[in-house]
Order: sequence, then C-alpha cells, then structure tokens
Amino acid sequence: MTQSARDQVPRMLALVPYLRGRDGIPVDQVAKDFGVTPQQIVKDLNVLWFCGLPGSVTGDMIDVDMEALESEGVVYLDNAEFLSRPLRLTTSEALSLIVALRMLRDIAGAAELPTIESALAKLESATGEGATLPIEVHIEKADPAVHEATQKALATGHRMHLSYLVPSRDERTERDVDPLRLLTAEGRPYLEAWCHLAQDVRLFRLDRVVKADVLDIPADPHPHVPRRDLSEGLFRAVEGNVEAVLDLSPPARWVAEYYAVDAVEELPDGGVRVRLRIGDTGWLRRLVLRQGGHARVVEPVELADEVRECARLALTAYGG
Amino acid sequence: MTRRKSERLMNLVIALLVSRQYLTKDRIRQVVEGYHDQTDDAFERMFERDKEELREIGVHIDVGSFERAFDDELGYRIQRDTFELPEIPLEPDEAAVVGLAARVWQHARLAGQTSSALVKLKAAGVPVEPDALPALEPQLAAGEPSFELLWDAVITRTPVTFEYERSSQPTRLRHLEPWGILSWHGRWYVVGHDRDRGATRMFRLSRIVGDVAPDGRPGEYDVPEDLDLRAEAEWLGSQSPEATATLRVRQGAGWGLRRRATSTTEIEPGWDRVEVPYAGRWQTAEEIASYASDVVVESPPDLRDAVIAVLRGVAGEAA
Repeated sequence: MTQSARDQVPRMLALVPYLRGRDGIPVDQVAKDFGVTPQQIVKDLNVLWFCGLPGSVTGDMIDVDMEALESEGVVYLDNAEFLSRPLRLTTSEALSLIVALRMLRDIAGAAELPTIESALAKLESATGEGATLPIEVHIEKADPAVHEATQKALATGHRMHLSYLVPSRDERTERDVDPLRLLTAEGRPYLEAWCHLAQDVRLFRLDRVVKADVLDIPADPHPHVPRRDLSEGLFRAVEGNVEAVLDLSPPARWVAEYYAVDAVEELPDGGVRVRLRIGDTGWLRRLVLRQGGHARVVEPVELADEVRECARLALTAYGG
Repeated sequence: MTRRKSERLMNLVIALLVSRQYLTKDRIRQVVEGYHDQTDDAFERMFERDKEELREIGVHIDVGSFERAFDDELGYRIQRDTFELPEIPLEPDEAAVVGLAARVWQHARLAGQTSSALVKLKAAGVPVEPDALPALEPQLAAGEPSFELLWDAVITRTPVTFEYERSSQPTRLRHLEPWGILSWHGRWYVVGHDRDRGATRMFRLSRIVGDVAPDGRPGEYDVPEDLDLRAEAEWLGSQSPEATATLRVRQGAGWGLRRRATSTTEIEPGWDRVEVPYAGRWQTAEEIASYASDVVVESPPDLRDAVIAVLRGVAGEAA
C-alpha cells in the first residue's frame, strides 16, 4: 500500500514535466517511456487532476483533458507550470547510472569512446557524483588488437577468424565465428558468437583470444538464436552431466565458493565435501592437480585414479 | 488509500515548492488537502511520516523560521534549486548511449534505480532512446544478500556490523565504517575503516554471514579524500613479476603459459623451451602442476621444488 505511493509520487513528479511540450501524446507511448502499463498512467493522471496550488479553487488545479484521454487515448495536461522540471537524481540513481555507463565505456571501441566519455562527464558534473565515486567495477582489459577487431566486426557485420585457447582441454583452436554481441560477465569481456566449428552459439573470453582477424565475408545474422542468460553466473551456463564428488581440505575450500556446487557437507578435519556437475573431466583433472592434494576426487573412482597416475607420471620427469 | 496519500504528498510538495516563505505547520494543515480533517495527533504523525517519505524519494525539505520576530516558530519549504534536476546538455548521440545503461544492472533494485534515473532524464527532454550500439551489453550482477544494505550504507556513510567468516575459522562480529564497494571478477568487496582493528580493511561480501545491521547514525564518519578504489581493485589482482621460469613445454600444449612467454625455442622434436615471467611461486607452481607431464620446470630450483611438492601431494606421496 505504502509501497505504491512511494512509486507513484516520484513517477508523477516526472510525468508532469515530461508532458510539457508533448501535447496529445498517446498514453501507450507514455506508458512505454515510464516502463508501466497504460492503466497505471491513467490512474496517475486521475490523481494529478486533484493536485495543484495550495488553497485552490478548481481553476488552480492541474488540468487533465479526461475526455481526450477516454475517447482517443491521448494526453493533454495543462496548468502545471510550477512543476516544470523533474526532481533531481538521488545519489543512488546517479551512482547506478554512472557505474553502468563506466562499464559501457570499459568495453566500448575507439569509435564510440569519445561519445561515452563526454556523456559521462556531463552526467558526473550535473549530479555532482564522479570525482569520489564510492563504487568501482573492475573490468579486465583484453588485448587491444583483439578488442578493436571484435568491435569492428560487430559494427560492420563481418565474420571473424579466432585463434582461441581452451584451458580446460589445454588446446589452441582455430574457428570462424559470426559475432553477435560483446558483453561482460564476472568482470571480463566476452564475445558471444555463432561458432561455425561448433555449429552453435559460444561465449569467447576475450583474454583467451590469441588472434582475431576480421574476414572479408559478411556474418550471417542468426536472428533466431537465443541469447545466453548470464544472470545465473557463467559456470552454471557450462555445467554438464557428469557428476563428481570432491573432498576439499581447508586450503581448497574456496573451490566450493567459486564454482556452482550442488551439495556441501562439512568434514571432521575442517574441510568440506562437495558434489558438482561437470561437462569435461579434463577441467576437473586440471583443477585437482593444482590443489597439491588439498582436493581429492571421491567419485568417479576412475577419475581419482587417473589424476593420481597423471601426477606420478609428471614426477618421473624430475627423477622422482 | 494509496490514491489519497499520493494526492496529499503531491499537494504538499507543490505547496512547499511554490511558497516564497517558510510555511508553518498550521498553515500547511490548512492548505494541503487531506490534513485539515485530521485530529491534532493524527495530523502530527501523518505529517512526520510524509516528510520522511519525501526525504526517501529525494525531496529535500528545508526547515527555518519564516519571520525574525517570531523565531521560535519553525516553518518548511522546498528550495527549487535543490529540488530540480539541473540542465544536462547531452547531444542526441550522447543521450542514446546513456539509454544503454538501462540494460547493465542484473540486480532488481539497481536496475530500477537506473530506470528511474532515465525516466527523469526523459522528463527533462533528453532523448535517451537506446537504439545505438545494440551489440554492446556489459552486465553487472550483485547476488550477495548483503549488497543492498552495504550500497545504502556507503551512500549514507552509516557504520555497519556483520558476522564475517574467514577460511574455516569461526565467524567473528566486525564493526566497519564502509567507504566504498568494488567488484572484482564478479565478486563484491567492501573497503572501510575496521573499528575493531583501527585500520583499513577489505571484506568479501560472499563471506558475510547473515544480516548487515546499522551500527550508528548516517554521516557519522568521513571517508578519506584520497580513497582510491581503483587502486584497491588493482591491488587485488596484479603482482609484478618477481622471476622468470625456464620451462620445457610439449608442443601443442601449455597454452596458458605460452601466452605469457617472453621467448619460445624448439629444443628437440616435440618440445620447446619457454621463458615465462611470474609472480607468486606457489601460485605459479600450482598452475604448472595442472599441465602434468606436458610442462617441466628447468629453473629456478625453488619453483622446481614447489612443483614437485604440489605433484607429490596429488600423487598421495609424502612430501
């Protein structure tokens, strides 16, 4: 109940100045700009009709043409000169906007950069936020040549050739891709593209692209390919169907925090037992090898043997 | 009910905004629809709540005396220059870029904050229609339950307290003056003055157990002017190289190491000698161990010993 007055009042304070100079705008367009339903805008206008200068007789109230609203679905609002500009941004609004734009700046190409920089500077000076921003989002920088090539291919709609490292399999792969969008996840830039090698959509971490060439071939548009929803995190998006159980002693507990694990059970030594689903046993083998015995594969048993054997074989090179 | 409340709040804002002098409470009660039919007590409570709600949506109400002769009588008004959004002279291409910000936050409340900021810009006549650069989609998530409270605490400079867990030790209650929050590889951290230690500390939000509670009044402390969150973020990540490793790397393998190599030479069919600068001996040893028999350390000896220790641990042999 209180919550909707808290939404409605700020919206109405923006609605009045918004409607200045927009005489006869369709209510559907207003609703779209405000991100609410047309019915909500009609409700707002019905409230505004009863607002106006203090101690008013009817003539001093905000004037809404209810007839035009009901019969044609268009808005005329008058007699509201006292609300000519919207309310200033709250600190939280200004910060959320500036942080978002800074992220955009961090992955923009050379062509868009000056526009984003000047927009940011104007917003920062108008809101008084910026100089000592209490929020910082770090985006890892990719190789500038790779980044520029990606931007160019996206902007001009060209196919690319990538030399791409797949660390989980320790492979360098060569593939042609049709770029779809550049995004960030977990603080790193990624290219989402249709991969002609995999015949599917893939995410490519830009810092793992060793070389990127823009080809003289137009990219296919792939309009019906669903975009990946990354809101659940990256690792969840690549999980597979092999189930593994790991025992992590205290120095390796971070693994349970870092990756999406299905079940966590405390162990008497201060460690933890986790269950996770993986797509690639090579990835898990390499993860366990680097823990120096602090992570132990419990299941699958064959993988546990394989990892131990791998380590023994590697030790023979040191005469051990 | 909502309707009457919204109407009352709007009329209160308009009355305080157009008045050239401070309005006393009595005067406000007379002129604002919805107040005068209340009992004295009900009006007092209602007026206090209304002021608080307006403050929460960013309307600053000035309190002062309206006539020097009666300086015990306080009045209220809204100054137009603190109320109104100042002119933001954005060119159309700049405005379009600003519109793209709406898609960045993957967090319901912050996405809402960005949208309401954009609505205000639209209301000021700025054409923020995001039809430019559709292929750029930076995304920022904040899944940690403590994020919202710390965001607010940082903005209002409110001290907080929370239970914090450090690698398998029992949780401990911490008292912090939060200065800023930063995101590093998808994880959020809060930086501030740790009142228990009397020093600057950084905490990872995912290790905060349970609720973050206010531990003082808003604006109770100052944030150091030279606070540099960017530097703090970089400190989390970068270490300058301390030595160079000489490695034997099987051809067609060790790609992560080859990327950072300063030189690569074939030494025998199927094998290269690769020089890689590194920082952090154990961290590097763990990375090398993950390549198993595809990478062998030739030097330095301490790195070689570290790799042997890691591999022995995995093989289940005593170190």
